[in-house]
Amino acid sequence: MSNNRFCHFKLVLLGDTAVGKSCLVVRFVRDEFFEFQEPTIGAAFLTQTLALDDATVKFEIWDTAGQERYRSLAPMYYRGAAAAVVVYDITNPDSFAGAKSWVKELQRRGDQNVVIAMAGNKADLEAHRKVDFNEANEYAEANGIIHMETSAKNANNVKALFSEIAKRLPNNTQGGNGEREAFPILPQKQEARNCC
Amino acid sequence: MEPLADGEYDAIIMGTGLKECVLSGLLSVQGMRVLQMDRNNYYGADCASLNLTNLYEKFNAGQPPESLGANRDFNVDLIPKFIMACGNLTKMLLHSKVTRYLEFKSIEGSYVYKGGKILKVPATPEEALKSPLMGLFEKRRFRTFLLFVDQYDETKPETHQGKDLTTMTMKQLYESFGLVPDTHQFISHAMCLELDEAHMDKPALSTVKELQTYCYSLARYGTSPYIYPVYGLGGLPEGFSRLCAVHGGTFMLHRDVDEITYNENGEANGVKSGNEMARAKFVVGDPSYFPKEKVKATGQVVRCICFLNHPIPNCGDLESVQIIIPGPQVGRTNDIFVCSLSNSHQVAAKGIYIAIVSTKMEGDDADKEVVPGLALLGHIMQRFTMVATTYEPVSDGSSDKCFISSSFDASSHFEGDVDDLLSLYKRVTGKDLDMTINADSVEADY
Repeated sequence: MSNNRFCHFKLVLLGDTAVGKSCLVVRFVRDEFFEFQEPTIGAAFLTQTLALDDATVKFEIWDTAGQERYRSLAPMYYRGAAAAVVVYDITNPDSFAGAKSWVKELQRRGDQNVVIAMAGNKADLEAHRKVDFNEANEYAEANGIIHMETSAKNANNVKALFSEIAKRLPNNTQGGNGEREAFPILPQKQEARNCC
Repeated sequence: MEPLADGEYDAIIMGTGLKECVLSGLLSVQGMRVLQMDRNNYYGADCASLNLTNLYEKFNAGQPPESLGANRDFNVDLIPKFIMACGNLTKMLLHSKVTRYLEFKSIEGSYVYKGGKILKVPATPEEALKSPLMGLFEKRRFRTFLLFVDQYDETKPETHQGKDLTTMTMKQLYESFGLVPDTHQFISHAMCLELDEAHMDKPALSTVKELQTYCYSLARYGTSPYIYPVYGLGGLPEGFSRLCAVHGGTFMLHRDVDEITYNENGEANGVKSGNEMARAKFVVGDPSYFPKEKVKATGQVVRCICFLNHPIPNCGDLESVQIIIPGPQVGRTNDIFVCSLSNSHQVAAKGIYIAIVSTKMEGDDADKEVVPGLALLGHIMQRFTMVATTYEPVSDGSSDKCFISSSFDASSHFEGDVDDLLSLYKRVTGKDLDMTINADSVEADY
């Protein structure tokens, strides 16, 4: 039976500062939420595995680490990303405009087949809503991207968003280009020589 | 004046070249607040890997022809260098765990120019015995010499065979094994990667250590001692910048520094950019960010970036090679390096090969200096030539709090540049960088 495929994908977060990118990931990975989450999560990347009906998908999630603040994300960030979550804050219309420009940036710099999901975060703050759900949905449909409103605070739609992404990812690859014989550098098990 | 970014930092780093990014990464890991700026809209400064648009713009060459392929397929290094698999840069990547952001591939072949021909640098003792580089008896002497170098351990006198490498010169060492001058040249230039003949009259120890690094690097991954990051060298500074950002560093690209500010003691204490300024305890940067009285010129390097639609001829049609032309072979003092890369390392569109010829300038006609290298390439579709003046700081930064890196050297690898980086680190922090790698810590903590 081949219904237990294991796939590994790089997923990047994009979006303006303070829209809740890190909170969304911390909720997804650790199922935690902190009202005053530090601006960066201090980790190179987090991983989380999702079991679907026919495959197990492991996400390697890259946070912007603050490099979005002055639009100084390195090409390395986009490279090899199979999926991207573009986050905006439903109480902040500027962040929605920002999200649209991040989608454009991604289409320009990312891989051609990158799966894009737009997350309208802070959906728990309905009373302060400034971004219309239907407007965002129409934009997403027109661009062929996933759209959901999420709340990292009450966990609403967080797992659903990542599951939806997982379903759209190709299920036969390791992510990226499997034919290359690239390798990570690993230290030698023992330092045999004093000069090496 | 408005505050620049957060306004207050421990360190302001100018330029996003490899050395500056390594330093910002290491400093922020230690808890320093770092602001890093670059006047360009890309990472890497002088050692960036450029896409076609940025490359053609840099050389004012108009629009790139569509026949080359897609812009995004190109990552063309401005400074061509390969990484010694067991050298100090690799150690630094492991030390900082920046390895987790990068993937590498071996360089397929290493060649040397001798008597008008391109010959493979032997990768194994068997290859050495078959190589047309040497005659039969010379091969045996070469093998005996390599065995001595392999066994040699500074701390174990029993491996010294009565030779004191701290006083014996390299020339004397070669001669003590009966090796002929052609072989000296081949070993020194193609394996020890000496740039000229100066090492011959110096104590042999450092050259022998270079040969050991070469041999261990070769044994590590196979066909050549070099490795190279997929997508180009630009990934190195990018990786270290991410390390810095993850630890709270602030990054501003496309933002030039107008002025470095000083306190009453002449110590740098911040920078101005437009109508904004930020303060810091010291500033670090490449020579281009500092007034010219703080740096001095050390020479000139010519680098010729060539697009080919074929692999370099006479090198086994390999996707990636290095050819070293020892200076004395073509009537020069300094060696000429040829590096070639292709789609296999994701630096060019399929079918396009990038060959870069570089050497230290000896006269004032750049085109003439690279002729022996260009002659090996066959048909060249497009050529960009640049002559860069190299600089080093006038002082160590202790009195003016301006810590300045040296320009990248003309060599084909990073070993000398890492020495400069270690020196910069020590000048900034007052400490030596601990380069001991804990082999078990790398995969565990992310």
